Amino acid sequence: MIDRSLWSDTLVEIESNLRREGWRLATIAVSDSEIPELRYVFYGSKDQGWQQLIVRSREMARSFPSLTATDLSADWLEREIEESSAIEFAQHPHRGDAGARNRPQPGRALREEGAFVMPVGPVYSAESESALFLLETTGEDVQRAAPRLLYKYRGIEKLAQGRSVEDAMLLVERTNGTSAFGHSWAYCMAAEHICGIEVPVRARRLRTMLAELERIRRHVAVLRETVESTGMRVAAAQLFELEEWFLRACGEMTGHRYLFGLNCVGGLQRNISDAAVYAATGEMLAIANNALETMKLLEETSSFIDRIERVGILQEKRALESGAVGPFARASNAVHDLRIEQPYGAYPDLGVRIASQHAGDCYARLRVLCAEITSSLEIVAELASELPPGAVRVACGPRAGEAIGWVEAPAGASVVLLRLDEEGRCASLRFTPPSFRNWPCFRLVAENFALADFAIILASCGLSVAENDR
Amino acid sequence: MSWFLRGILGRIHTSRYPKEPERDPGTTPGLPRGVEHADPQQRALAAVCPTQAIVVLDEAMDVREERCVHCMRCAPGVASHPLPWRRDAEWASAVERLIEDVALGRNFRESLHVRVVDAGDCGACSSEIAHLSDPLYNMDRLGLFVTPSPRKADVLLVIGPVTEQTRGPLFETYEAMPQPKRVIAVGACATSGGVFGPGSATAGGLLDVLPVDVVVPGCPPPPLAILDALLAVAGRTRER
Repeated sequence: MIDRSLWSDTLVEIESNLRREGWRLATIAVSDSEIPELRYVFYGSKDQGWQQLIVRSREMARSFPSLTATDLSADWLEREIEESSAIEFAQHPHRGDAGARNRPQPGRALREEGAFVMPVGPVYSAESESALFLLETTGEDVQRAAPRLLYKYRGIEKLAQGRSVEDAMLLVERTNGTSAFGHSWAYCMAAEHICGIEVPVRARRLRTMLAELERIRRHVAVLRETVESTGMRVAAAQLFELEEWFLRACGEMTGHRYLFGLNCVGGLQRNISDAAVYAATGEMLAIANNALETMKLLEETSSFIDRIERVGILQEKRALESGAVGPFARASNAVHDLRIEQPYGAYPDLGVRIASQHAGDCYARLRVLCAEITSSLEIVAELASELPPGAVRVACGPRAGEAIGWVEAPAGASVVLLRLDEEGRCASLRFTPPSFRNWPCFRLVAENFALADFAIILASCGLSVAENDR
Repeated sequence: MSWFLRGILGRIHTSRYPKEPERDPGTTPGLPRGVEHADPQQRALAAVCPTQAIVVLDEAMDVREERCVHCMRCAPGVASHPLPWRRDAEWASAVERLIEDVALGRNFRESLHVRVVDAGDCGACSSEIAHLSDPLYNMDRLGLFVTPSPRKADVLLVIGPVTEQTRGPLFETYEAMPQPKRVIAVGACATSGGVFGPGSATAGGLLDVLPVDVVVPGCPPPPLAILDALLAVAGRTRER
């Protein structure tokens, strides 16, 4: 990673130039120093790699210029830093809500007579994460839905400080249990970069295979939630059953249904036999194809399509501007994928078919999920058939240093900026999961919709509140 | 063929639990167990447990199940000298009483309504609870129903370590539930704080927040373990 130091008065211009050259903002972190200092981490194409801007303000001021006016993807990153440190961002537009703690009321969009705000949450519905939504409506259609999150803030980044490198990993793994493997891989990758080691080739291929299996399962779960939200309960039950078979296959193969307790710094802490891999992946391929078959049949049901077509549209321009990631963005033709842009694991040796759509509605998001399942199945089949023998773990550290780890998690780009001290303890952790990049876009998707469509739009986005809040 | 026909023509795979034990692989991750005579390498496992769930006492070793976060470091296949692990899922336990004593009464035996509150869970526990409604477990067949209304709920299931911000809504939900009611802490986070432990942002679990009747350890506890707890409240503990 290239480091560049600069003063904050040149930041906005330099950042604009970087974006013009194709760099994307991955995260902003506060340095652990007496003098207020920020790190802006960018990634470019495969050849460009990663770059970090280390920024200070003149006269050690706490105020930095806000990037949000020109780069929307900085919006919540800056808001989060403002809330958790003494740093201020001058002229931050404070557009859209970020969280639950001491917020001013959002500006009312509707000034019509009879307009009111209907709060939904934080405890609502039979099966939902704790989150508050303020729906502005005149009684028929909802004009705007402002999410107010951070009810589930657990302080993961703060808790990680001072823990051993292995114990801090457990926090990242349990940020979002349904994407545990992907996030823990990003963390382990950062620690392995610091220690300057490469995991054995068997571990690299197994990690890639397991990450793709997790992607498939999570996508089936999102499909099931969306189908359930449209009221197609029989089809949703079929998908639910398939997801349960998949979880059982994961549990049988690895010892844990959600793939906890596999990733460790240095590789995998459990080796899986070729026979177990072969048997389990054969089963999982059949399950996933069954799910795709159900989705294909559902596409012939007009009452299903009616509820998801032209509903919850995220326009391409807005998806690109706001730095959205993952299948949520790819359904609006904002095509970014770390497996292609910054290949890791076994991806350099594999062909990854990226799925994308143009329409940006709920239907497009479902089509992207189905296409990604197909693509993941191809990768799993290729990896499972050719697992090199050998160990799955090497010794790592302790070594001090700072590095980045990154993974294309099921919901999109997940980036970990990790610093370790000489005893191998976590000195600081900055974790930017994909849902934190995508939740700011929810208010763009949930605009002018019928109240009955709220659950469908929410389910189709495949966002995790736990990931956002951390 | 329509998806409807596909469903009708398919086989029924619903578990027969609790009438018969459920032994399908992958239905439970198991939990570590104590040993009566531990060897030195097993004793060393107490130091690697991230939540101090493993306790060394003279000859023996004990496991505090409510603290296990399934990091798998002491498990067969990972540790060179692992602890033995139980392979069932019936590990729900009552707080300060016997599990048989949490039953609500005859009227609730086959009609129990459940309200789930997310107090900061990572998504794994909520997924396992949701899966109780999938065709393979189908909790409805046992008279267990999830309700969105606390007014109609008999049991409160809480997941997550209880974040500062969810305390208020959690209390309101509990207060809105009429008597008789029971509270179940599902998962390591709600039971003991899990990997988060007590901290500035969370309460370290439900035990200091609400009167808890049943705890279900695990990270996450599989659907069968949660079902075990619900059946206990319904007065059908481990019947065969």
